[in-house]
Amino acid sequence: MASTATTPPPSLVVKDAREKLSLFERLKKGDEATFLVTFASALSIIVVTCLLVQHLWIDSVLSRHAFGWKFLHTSTWDPVADQYGALPFIYGTVVTSFLALLLAVPVGIGAAIFLAELAPRRLSNVLTFMIELLAAVPSVIYGLLGIFVLLPILRDYVVPPLQKTLGFLPIFKGAFYGVSYFSAACVLAIMIVPFIVSISREVLLAVPQAQREAMMALGATKWDVTWKSVVPYAQRGMIGSVFLALARALGETMAVTMVIGNVPAIHASLLSPGYTIAAVIANEFTEATGDLYISALIELALVLFAVTMIINAIARLLLLGMKSQETTH
Amino acid sequence: MSRSYPPTYKKVINISMLTLTGLAALLVVSVLLFILGYLVWNGARSLNLNFFTKLPVPAGQEGGGMANAIVGSGKLLLLASAIGIPIGVLGGIYLAEFGKGPFSFAVRYTTDLLNGVPSIVIGIFVYSLIVLPQHHFSTFAGGVALGIMMIPIALRSTDEFLRAVPNTLREGGLALGASKAQTVLTIIIPAAMQGIVTGIMLNLARVAGETAPLLFTALGNQFWSPGWNGPSASLPVVIFNYAISPYEDWHRQAWAAGFVLLMGIFLTNIVARLLVSGRRSPARS
Amino acid sequence: MAATTTLFDMKKLQGARSARFGDPEPEDRVSLPPQFTVRDMSFFYGDFQALHDLNLTLPTKRVTGLIGPSGCGKSTFLRTLNRMYEVVPKARVTGSILLGETDVSEFSPTLLRRRVGMVFQKPSPFPKTIFDNIAYGLRVNNLSKKSELKDKVSECLQRAALWDEVKDKLHESAFSLSGGQQQRLCIARALAVDPDVLLLDEPCSALDPIATAKIEDLIFDLRRSCTIIIVTHNMLQAARISDYVGFFLQGKLIEFDAARKMFQNPSNGLTEDYITGRFG
Repeated sequence: MASTATTPPPSLVVKDAREKLSLFERLKKGDEATFLVTFASALSIIVVTCLLVQHLWIDSVLSRHAFGWKFLHTSTWDPVADQYGALPFIYGTVVTSFLALLLAVPVGIGAAIFLAELAPRRLSNVLTFMIELLAAVPSVIYGLLGIFVLLPILRDYVVPPLQKTLGFLPIFKGAFYGVSYFSAACVLAIMIVPFIVSISREVLLAVPQAQREAMMALGATKWDVTWKSVVPYAQRGMIGSVFLALARALGETMAVTMVIGNVPAIHASLLSPGYTIAAVIANEFTEATGDLYISALIELALVLFAVTMIINAIARLLLLGMKSQETTH
Repeated sequence: MSRSYPPTYKKVINISMLTLTGLAALLVVSVLLFILGYLVWNGARSLNLNFFTKLPVPAGQEGGGMANAIVGSGKLLLLASAIGIPIGVLGGIYLAEFGKGPFSFAVRYTTDLLNGVPSIVIGIFVYSLIVLPQHHFSTFAGGVALGIMMIPIALRSTDEFLRAVPNTLREGGLALGASKAQTVLTIIIPAAMQGIVTGIMLNLARVAGETAPLLFTALGNQFWSPGWNGPSASLPVVIFNYAISPYEDWHRQAWAAGFVLLMGIFLTNIVARLLVSGRRSPARS
Repeated sequence: MAATTTLFDMKKLQGARSARFGDPEPEDRVSLPPQFTVRDMSFFYGDFQALHDLNLTLPTKRVTGLIGPSGCGKSTFLRTLNRMYEVVPKARVTGSILLGETDVSEFSPTLLRRRVGMVFQKPSPFPKTIFDNIAYGLRVNNLSKKSELKDKVSECLQRAALWDEVKDKLHESAFSLSGGQQQRLCIARALAVDPDVLLLDEPCSALDPIATAKIEDLIFDLRRSCTIIIVTHNMLQAARISDYVGFFLQGKLIEFDAARKMFQNPSNGLTEDYITGRFG
């Protein structure tokens, strides 16, 4: 019995009996170096963002100290007298963005519901592809089309009937010269619709099939299933998409400044020209002389940063809430 | 039991909502087609050889072009890629392969934050960071601004595509005695490469059209801008300036430039999305 | 009554093994020092204890099968042998596991895994060519000069009984192979670095019976040049190919013995119950 195994065959000789790699070999394996390089890159993002906040804060100090919180509710914007108040721009930004949402949300959500739930799959994929292309159109091209196409259309075909029917309302009073809050809101609406469609569609598609099947088993129509079962389940996410669209609208610069008229005044009528935060920075920054002027513009940038940060955070919370809702079900 | 369940009114609502939402979708798509059509019609016919080869001439004169803006945009994108892609991709590798815990959370949060910053604010930031100390506008500053905008997208898409690679490949590499770095570099990244490249293409397409960050960094230039230290023309800024000018000829050129820019962006988008379309499962946000 | 009938079938099965693979060799655990010596080993995921105070020795150059119902810890145990559990953040091991005479924790993971290879349940070739898959282990560990690579790759493929099927398409993607071929490719890939031990984690569970048979033949051919430890939930497979068998239940090792004894006359009542199908 024991004689069957006298000398072990060569393959049984233990090879490479050492237990550790040399330092050189470990370096070549690259774990430490790779970790360091990737870690440094990740860290640099935090560094850049902190620098951004720091620069905005420090460079706006003159204006912040001169005006304090009054900056946010004073409406004088007078570079000659060095008096700066942000209210016209805050007003313009809020008005155009919310009006844009009013126009874009029904269309966007409607289209998203159609593409996610009601349309046949192939048609939905093709249309979605095209709508996502729309999201890639740069702002300045929207502005170009806005000036030369949208404004004439509004002036000739939209505003006259609007004034005939609703002209008694203060928001639609006054002469319309093309550039206005209303025009800017229309352009913004077109720009943000693709985002609402795209994200809402994804959120709707992510609703578990079981939700739909439960209602379909009861004999409901497709619309009933969608409206009563899928949409309520997905509503957090869809509201999140609206917030994301809002954040985008607030920060939009080029298209807005090309069609809003760039007048730092507050008017009740949507048909009069106005100004937004992003537009005034774009227009006046390179011509601004005087430290206080520049500082005021940078303070405006700080305000814009803070507002978009908050809106984006809300949007993210809503969308994350959707994800955890999925996993707990 | 009635034979016509669901009741007629429900069927009517079903059809009308189907129509309404379908019209909404159609409306959005038709906007795209309109934009495309209008730019093609208006822009393509304003296109000529001069556009690509000549410098701008004073308003009113014929024969000017945008060669400097085209080259300027090219240089800016080159620098932006050199900054944004390495940092974004390497950061994405960190998050997907090495990161755990609060630091990763902070990086992800900050990336989302940076992604949401309006582009004009980034322009102000780089103005304060580079233009002010240097006392002049420059291609370099413009490239940095665009590069910062590229980072969050590059990071997120790299992170996503790396995490989509199945864990069995990582285990397979480790089980053969490869180090973590070797596994990531020689197995995981090549497996995710198609997605990462697509992400970069889409990223470039987006940044190519950005105007606001360039307004206070690269500014603009009527002439050539050799090197990296002088202000530079770029397609989007020229479109903006020409569009708001009172000159017919400049409007024409703005259309031509818009056409060229949009075509470049669309083609990149289409190619990139077709590359990935086979691979990805229905996307989740 | 039913129990005796099933044991009788197991004897038939052992007979079938003899027909295919020849008579199993007499027990000779003492002739070579054990490959692994496990003493008082416990394994924890965070606070959850997955393995309890394991004590066993795994014999060298033999096939050891690990059986037990789902979730009993046999795969977890396998992964402690080459420290693959370390990719999970909350996993930890107490007690000692010796490879030969050295505790596995004293090895650098890279060197340990060169000596102790692993093949996983789902065939996962790398998204590379067949050639590059095999060559991968050699390249990352700098084990071969470039000129020797071709020979080494063909040698591995021959050892894995795959050479004839792929020799004309070495530079095609590994995904062009069938599931069974991919699994043999993964085995060949693991063999490329000349491991002393091959850990197989349910290698046939995703394969059809023909592919399974081919892999069992392969294991039988490899067993004298390489210690093989195979986790399987297929008891009959364990009976076919193992020299020794360990039976796990709820994180504990219930019995460990020569396969012939385990399947014909197990010492522990629980073992007998599992083998005869009373639970599982």
